[in-house]
Amino acid sequence: MPKRTDLRRILLLGSGPIVIGQAAEFDYSGTQAVKALKEEGYAVVLVNSNPATIMTDPELADRTYIEPVTPEWVRRVIERERPDALLPTMGGQTALNVAMALARDGTLARHGVELIGANARAIQMAEDRAEFAAAMRRIGLATPVGRVAASVADALTIVTETGYPAILRPSFTLGGTGGGVAYNRAEFEELVERALDLSPVHTTLIERSVLGWKEFELEVMRDHRDNVVIVCSIENVDPMGVHTGDSITVAPAMTLTDREYQRMRDAAIAIIREIGVEAGGCNIQFAVNPADGEMLVIEMNPRVSRSSALASKATGFPIARIGTKLAVGYTLDELPNDITRTTPASFEPVLDYVVVKVPRFAFEKFPTADFRLTTQMKSVGEAMAIGRTFKEAFQKGLRALEAGRSGWTLGPTLADDRVTSDSPEDLRVALRTPTPERVFQIKRALLAGLPVEAIAEATGIDPWFLYQMEELIAAERWFAGARDIGPAELRRMKRLGFSDRQLGELRRTSEEAMRQRRWELGIHPVYKTVDTCAGEFPSSTPYLYSTYDAETESEPFGERGIIILGSGPNRIGQGVEFDYCCVRAGLAFRDLGYRTIMINSNPETVSTDFDISDKLYFEPLTFEDVIEIVRWERPKGVVVQLGGQTPLRLTKPLEAAGVPILGTPPDSIDIAEDRERFEALARRLGITQPANGTARSVEEAVRVAQRIGYPVLVRPSYVLGGRAMEIVYDDASLRGYFEKAARVAPEHPVLIDRFLEDAFEGDVDAISDGRRVVIAGVMQHIEDAGVHSGDSACVLPPYLIGDRQVEEMRRYTKAFAEALGVVGLINVQYAIKDGVVHVLEVNPRASRTVPFVSKATGVSLAKLAAAVMVGRTLDELGLPDDLPLRGVAVKEAVFPFTKLPGVDTILGPEMRSTGEVMGLADSFGMAFAKAQIAADGSLPLEGGILVTVNDSDKPTVVPIVRRFHEMGFRIVATEGTEKYLRARGVPAERVAKVHEGRPNAIDLIVSGDVQLLINTPLGKFTQADDYAIRRAALVHRVPYTTTMSAASAACDAIIALRSRTGSVRSLQEWHERTRTEKQPHEAKPPTASRAPVAKS
Amino acid sequence: MLLEDGAWFPGTAPIPFEQTYAEVVFTTNLSGYQEVFTDPSYLGQIVVMTAPMIGNYGINPEDVESDRPRVAGVVVRELSLKPSNWRSTGALADWLAEARVPIVEDVDTRQLTRHIRSKGAMRGAVAQGEQPSDDVRAALAASPSMDGLDLATHATVAQQYREGPADARRHIVAYDYGMKRNIVRLFVQHGCRVTIVPAATSAAEVRELEPDGLFLSNGPGDPAAVTYAIATLRELADGTLPIFGICLGHQLLGLALGGETVKLPYGHRGGNHPVRDLATGQVLITSQNHGFAVRGDTAGVPGAKALEVTHLNLNDGTVEGVKHREYPIFAVQYHPEASPGPHDAQGHFQQFLQALDTQ
Repeated sequence: MPKRTDLRRILLLGSGPIVIGQAAEFDYSGTQAVKALKEEGYAVVLVNSNPATIMTDPELADRTYIEPVTPEWVRRVIERERPDALLPTMGGQTALNVAMALARDGTLARHGVELIGANARAIQMAEDRAEFAAAMRRIGLATPVGRVAASVADALTIVTETGYPAILRPSFTLGGTGGGVAYNRAEFEELVERALDLSPVHTTLIERSVLGWKEFELEVMRDHRDNVVIVCSIENVDPMGVHTGDSITVAPAMTLTDREYQRMRDAAIAIIREIGVEAGGCNIQFAVNPADGEMLVIEMNPRVSRSSALASKATGFPIARIGTKLAVGYTLDELPNDITRTTPASFEPVLDYVVVKVPRFAFEKFPTADFRLTTQMKSVGEAMAIGRTFKEAFQKGLRALEAGRSGWTLGPTLADDRVTSDSPEDLRVALRTPTPERVFQIKRALLAGLPVEAIAEATGIDPWFLYQMEELIAAERWFAGARDIGPAELRRMKRLGFSDRQLGELRRTSEEAMRQRRWELGIHPVYKTVDTCAGEFPSSTPYLYSTYDAETESEPFGERGIIILGSGPNRIGQGVEFDYCCVRAGLAFRDLGYRTIMINSNPETVSTDFDISDKLYFEPLTFEDVIEIVRWERPKGVVVQLGGQTPLRLTKPLEAAGVPILGTPPDSIDIAEDRERFEALARRLGITQPANGTARSVEEAVRVAQRIGYPVLVRPSYVLGGRAMEIVYDDASLRGYFEKAARVAPEHPVLIDRFLEDAFEGDVDAISDGRRVVIAGVMQHIEDAGVHSGDSACVLPPYLIGDRQVEEMRRYTKAFAEALGVVGLINVQYAIKDGVVHVLEVNPRASRTVPFVSKATGVSLAKLAAAVMVGRTLDELGLPDDLPLRGVAVKEAVFPFTKLPGVDTILGPEMRSTGEVMGLADSFGMAFAKAQIAADGSLPLEGGILVTVNDSDKPTVVPIVRRFHEMGFRIVATEGTEKYLRARGVPAERVAKVHEGRPNAIDLIVSGDVQLLINTPLGKFTQADDYAIRRAALVHRVPYTTTMSAASAACDAIIALRSRTGSVRSLQEWHERTRTEKQPHEAKPPTASRAPVAKS
Repeated sequence: MLLEDGAWFPGTAPIPFEQTYAEVVFTTNLSGYQEVFTDPSYLGQIVVMTAPMIGNYGINPEDVESDRPRVAGVVVRELSLKPSNWRSTGALADWLAEARVPIVEDVDTRQLTRHIRSKGAMRGAVAQGEQPSDDVRAALAASPSMDGLDLATHATVAQQYREGPADARRHIVAYDYGMKRNIVRLFVQHGCRVTIVPAATSAAEVRELEPDGLFLSNGPGDPAAVTYAIATLRELADGTLPIFGICLGHQLLGLALGGETVKLPYGHRGGNHPVRDLATGQVLITSQNHGFAVRGDTAGVPGAKALEVTHLNLNDGTVEGVKHREYPIFAVQYHPEASPGPHDAQGHFQQFLQALDTQ
């Protein structure tokens, strides 16, 4: 049966901000869904609060609502747009939960909106643990013995059946939030309380532990004629007990006999039928007992997932795209396989390569977080690698992580691998605890002579993987001891996935020398195609990976080709926003008549959709991997300015190798990054910088700091996302910084800046064609200087910075762009203190805010950047000097604190947010309110407010609290704050601090007596009290703010929310309005309704 | 690895072997190498595994489709040195070596597969040495072609034997043209008594066994070359006995009823082939292993008016199943017994047993 003709308008929900467990994979699936629906002629209405995504690009959907993905706001969109159907399976757990809420409260029925892709009954059965277990029993499949608890008492009864360790899985949470493993009663009770609290329905499953069992996943698709195919099998290297998102995983399954695999396949088909996913895909997880093959069903997700994105990239079978088409009525056999284009989609992909996915963590940014890996996902991104063997893909995957390892290599110190010694005893103990470093500990253990059996016993990792690793070690020894390095030696090692750098290290020579030798011998990789069919049919889609084999299948594009370097695995500081830029520019190059070649290693992203570029190389973004592709393709040029720091870091070596870099000259990038050269430039342009200096030793750092005066901001050079950036107030803490946070050495200088306390920060994005510079947006940070720009909420246009300073920022930005000869994008950050504009940094590349600004203004910066890079002028492109803006856009950061127990929520110069949302409205208050709601920080309209701030913030907090009081909020404060408020005529109740006895501040939070927390830390050290209060607010989902400016903004937002219902409007309408109203200049926001917050 | 068109694919030999000449085919099965290597349908063929890592889970005594490896040779990208699986009783390399099956490793199997796909299945040689020698080239040129080769006669059993409980309600006579063990296993599991007979057994001998139904097994080689079997089947397909055929059995039935078989360019071998059941419209993911096919399309099988086409391959439109318009006779080109491969089509066994019961 072909597509349904009774549907015309389809609503699609995105997944909102990037958080741990729900990341760029839903931009990928959502984008595919939009494209698939559009292709079929449906009108697509999209709701997603995340501006950094491709899916919210206004050119994609017909109506793009950047609004909170919550039942309330989606309802408003439904009321306005009247869609015929809602596709809830492409936006992760968020979309599924919102769809379920709208189904339950009758909204969908009331407006005649049909759920397509998965019906409410199927979603309910798959998501509710008890119903799921019952369904499995009906079809004769086993699940870990488990029951659902709705209270701690329930849980304690159940655990007597399951025993310890017991696994907790809260119902309806994403990425395993609130899940965990309890080894004893105390731990159990604590985990149960948290699980019940985090579950939206306040229940949690308690299961028999299958720790150490093998873990597998199958990606299954079914159409409404009951045709079922298995798209991919995935085997987790790490056994059960480590969340699959945190595991190294392999596709296809490596260690299953056909008999075992078919049994799993039969089970998967029975499951999708029993649950009743009628037209779409699902992911099913299995545990297999390594001792006797017993198989248990763990869970099923009736929607696309991180694993389905991985499976799509691993096989070339676009699950989200096909799933969307099935949802509108097609059957699998009616759809073509998009890669072969001659065979139908009703088949099961076969692989003639091995795919390895490696998670990327961010524990370096959360030193106090619990780094042990459990059933709650903690990784923030992933890299995927393709090779002809496991060994090759494994090593490529580890170097694709860009975490300082050039493959499966040991860290420079024991601590880097999280071990205390290389003794077999210590290693064996370390191996028992899964951590991000365990895979390197295994190498240490094998080198120390620990037998595979012992390692398998300690880790639960199948010996097969360990044998593979053993072979790598044998090869290393052989190569290191070889008399001469000839073609046979090099070829063998390259086939095992060793990088030139690893080989150089093994032979005590440089990476460059090793490459030179390899090139002399004519040894280069070949490029093979991912074709879904292992070569059985011709394929027309150039989706390629490198390997050291005989035949290459890639025809070079030559001068017509433009290579875009992607941004690699997502990490804090470098996320989906750069992928947006790469994709947008790639599409633009295509439109301009070039052939786009994408290189990236991130399976979650849109950029690695083979549909987006003319050729995709799924490869690590190291110099070696990139230069080989450049050598083969001989492109017109390489684009480095769109993918964040990853490609930027390759600029110098690529230029040195004679590779043409498109856009801004590489030397300009160097000027911007090199402290001394940049200072000279700023001085020449007459632009003020905070006093600063560079130090190459600890002593020099202390001297510099004393010269410029404390407090100072210290950071290593060449970093993104504020890695290891800190504000220090005296010599002692500066020395302490070098002990715990960063190394300093002649080749690793640190930068030291005078920290401008209580300054406003501003961000300017601009574009230049080398002749003319156009300011795209001037943003003001809501948090004070000192909070990383990526973590600060920001508003466009500025709302508290004076016109003169805004004008200065615009002028300075133009001056920098002209002086640096920027061709493409540039971002400049400023701090405004006492009316003086200081430049903080200049980034001659795409910034994190490019998609935000593009969506606020309706001008696609990345697209324009692509055009100017190939010689178009801004005049030709018709870009006016001033980009008009209607309304106010607020960007808010989203943090992973709930996923990482033990982390303080206070903001600082080190970026820690994983994602962002955007609020767009006519007034600042409403825009900020929308951003808060979208960021899952819902704001109270009434109730109590707990205020506890340090002395320097007390004067600032008074007018804010007064406004809350006037709105009828009850004010509760700790002693000092309470006295201060009362003295200034703001009535406040006193509550005990944590150490002063009970009931105290925490009790108020726990018992739900306060609905908002305003807390700033006392002094520069986080006090235990404050920390406990903030954690309590986090765990009990009480909104909190840790800066005065955010508190003030929250007040504005609450006023806006109380005075009127928020209206929704699509981006297309915003932009249309902007165009028709022809705003002469950046509009002053309508609600500058109060005086700027006084800064002390 | 040398092909008859002169294409040469270097590799390494983990274990010394004698040079071998045979038809070179590829299979895309991801798992199930032990079943593939013991499947008698692969007799006389050098099998290229497109899955790059073979031997991971070792070998075990249960996953065999006959008593020994039947392939003429095995070509892989990488052989696992040490296996791991709870059922594993040994390493694949040792097991193949014991059966004197040549293994070539480190070959760019994708290049080889693409070559066969574009040039067609052809003869090849596996031999040791730095370069292909003239002797090898000459011997390869002189080796027999698969076309017109009767291999079923070599793959069949020497003597008739029985499986299953003697008191079973249903009795099936199965022609063994190179039968996979799982077929017998499934019949026995379904409560049947099976008498397995050699390919050359006459129609009269079959009738003497008084079967409730007749089964025609899979097997190797060119179906048209097994002329005696075709003649026998023509006698047996008179409506007195329900008949069910698989793979070679399907082709022989097609020929017996007047149809034609053709050699496919490079065959279907793997576990992911979509087949449409024309009656229901449903798609089955099937296990396949064949180089020949019955000519036909939705209109029917030319020359065999009595046959109706029931199944078609969705990739290339070839005939995947036929049934007699009047008699309880049907056959499929793919492998409902799977092993290796998906179980989507196992319903054909019940279908056959139902035909027996309604007889």
